[in-house]
Amino acid sequence: MNSSIILSVTTFVYGLAAFLYIVSWVFKKEAPGKLALWTAVLGLAGNTAGIILRWIESYQLGIGHAPLSNLYESLVFFAWTILIIYLFVEQKYKNRTIGAFVTPLAFFAMAYASLHNNSIQPLIPALKSNWLIAHVITCFIGYAAFAIAFGTSWMYLIKKRDTKGKSLLLKRFPEENIIDELTYQMIMLGFLFLSIGIITGAVWANSAWGRYWGWDPKETWSLITWFIYATVLHAKMMRGWHGKKIAYLSMAGFAAVLFTYFGVNWLPGLHSYGAMGQ
Amino acid sequence: MTKKTNSSDTINRVWKFFTSVKLTVVLLLSLAVTSIIGTVIPQSGTASEYFHKYGELRYKILSFLDSIFDIFDMYHSWWFQLLLLLLTINIIICSIDRMKTIWKIIFVKIPPFNVSTFRRLEYKKEFSESSMPDELEQIYKPVISKSYGYSRIEQTNNGFCLFAEKWRWTRFGVYIVHLSIILMLLGGLIGSIFGFEGFVNIPEGESVKKINLRNTAEMHLLDFEIKCEDFSLSFYDSGAPKEYRSSLVIIENGKPVLKKDIIVNDPLRYKGINMFQSSYGTLPPKEVTLSFTIRETGMEYKKKAAINKPVDIPEGLGTFIIKDYSNSAGFKGHNIGEAFMGTLTQQTGKQVNILLPMRFPSFDKMRKGDVVIAVASHNHRYYTGLQVTKDPGVWVVYSGFILMIIGCFVTFFMSHQRLCIEVTGKGNHSMVMVAGTSNKNKMGMQRKIEILSEKLNRLLP
Repeated sequence: MNSSIILSVTTFVYGLAAFLYIVSWVFKKEAPGKLALWTAVLGLAGNTAGIILRWIESYQLGIGHAPLSNLYESLVFFAWTILIIYLFVEQKYKNRTIGAFVTPLAFFAMAYASLHNNSIQPLIPALKSNWLIAHVITCFIGYAAFAIAFGTSWMYLIKKRDTKGKSLLLKRFPEENIIDELTYQMIMLGFLFLSIGIITGAVWANSAWGRYWGWDPKETWSLITWFIYATVLHAKMMRGWHGKKIAYLSMAGFAAVLFTYFGVNWLPGLHSYGAMGQ
Repeated sequence: MTKKTNSSDTINRVWKFFTSVKLTVVLLLSLAVTSIIGTVIPQSGTASEYFHKYGELRYKILSFLDSIFDIFDMYHSWWFQLLLLLLTINIIICSIDRMKTIWKIIFVKIPPFNVSTFRRLEYKKEFSESSMPDELEQIYKPVISKSYGYSRIEQTNNGFCLFAEKWRWTRFGVYIVHLSIILMLLGGLIGSIFGFEGFVNIPEGESVKKINLRNTAEMHLLDFEIKCEDFSLSFYDSGAPKEYRSSLVIIENGKPVLKKDIIVNDPLRYKGINMFQSSYGTLPPKEVTLSFTIRETGMEYKKKAAINKPVDIPEGLGTFIIKDYSNSAGFKGHNIGEAFMGTLTQQTGKQVNILLPMRFPSFDKMRKGDVVIAVASHNHRYYTGLQVTKDPGVWVVYSGFILMIIGCFVTFFMSHQRLCIEVTGKGNHSMVMVAGTSNKNKMGMQRKIEILSEKLNRLLP
């Protein structure tokens, strides 16, 4: 049994959990919902075991490092953080329809990871730093919170479209103002961790290259993302924006997150080691 | 109208303009959108790089735009800096404007409470207890003062009001964030005025005092020398680089004062100047060992040769001189790696240029001459490439970083919470009302009130 197999299985478990959440929502049944929760917990356990095992395996190969060093490993960790935050939200808000919109994202992350080289590579000199762990973990907590905000914004827009409250599918959705509030909570969490992620990245860059900010495309895109969510926060706190406007801005913010994460690899810059496995 | 009121009118208008959150939203989105340009067009390239990338026509258009908007170095352009300046003014003026009221709220001697505002709240909990108000007062007071920093009791006609609050100061949170941004921008400004960013290549065994500044052709003279005693590199089995290491010595007034091996992510810092491992390269060796194989006798001779110093070929076959070295020589359009270039002068006086690649020791056989020349061995000589920077603003920026994290946490997850418990005696029992407000996260406060009222209800059987 090695980490790759566990993580491949986890991908399918997440797929199943997503399927069950959707079934539970569409058919308005409690049983598949409960099953979905336990499948998601099982998936999270597998995901955790896979990450730990991969860490151990890297030491057995004599190139020990935290499994956060390339696109494959970061996607696996991304799925893990989405699940952790989601399960917390499910517990707090006692609503499983959110799962139908969030767990598929974790499944997609894992499925996309499986398309990439999953061999354990030694760290190149630039990545040999304790800041690697702090930087990647904080960034991905931020990304995961934004992913969930994306899911809830989407729910909000679907719910809003059904103006007459006719659709039975939307009965089980949380109240509009609760979805709106949850989106906002997730954006605040994401913003805090994105800020810490950018800061740890800057401190690391200063210790590796002698500058804390260099307008490298990845740095710039993370700042663009930060600007967008800062706009959301100001619009909400100071101008009283809510509902649709916030949902659209939150989705735009997540598009910027995705571009920061994947799109930037097509542009030249220092972060290109995050690109497709060598 | 006098002139004075006119000018104060203008000031008022300008002030109003900068207190607008609309302006903040516009500036943030403008910064977000315009920042994209510099991630698509490579920044600070040379003219020939742009020409090569874009072709003549597009290059002409872009360089015209560059002459006005500095799009090849947009993050330092006048208009981008102007956006940042406007944002800074916006942040400062907004903060000052709101601070005036916030200050009065935060620094009150006795926090004002009004029971009727709490009674009017939509969300409150009410229940009855069989105890009398003065009994309840003794029970509730310690519970509340445990989790609320401030509490006081006001007696009413037939009961009491317990007011409590905590985290009044968190109303400052957002201004901590704003201050952190000002500090970061200020630190950046200090760095760009009083600091520098440069690079220098130092051959092993040599020392330098002057470095090249980036983005200008200027040199900068350090007040000490940097000596590179040794450079080494190592690889993983896969061929990927494992470590670049330079042994550096700082020499001041001819005396070594500091010695350190630097690797990527572990720089040397001395007198506010930082030296980072950033690149390396190979240098032509000073001396090589040549081998001469004489075709007629089959004898092989080895001889040491210095660059640009002719050596006599054994058995009187002329002289040979090494003239050049390249770490990636070309031969018929192929890169053949490290190679030496030399000239053979035969006894007849005829001169032949010879290429001696390290990877192919019998390369010279192809020439079919009287003697086959090869480089038997040479010592690698490296130079280390250092990034040399000075940034006195970095600590200002870092303190901004810390404040940003603290400020965001306070702003998002802490709020000024106010609580009121009103107990009214009614015959042999009491009515209890629990209500509370917070300046943020109202839903969270509702849950807190719910939990608290349940807790208070359970205190008595």
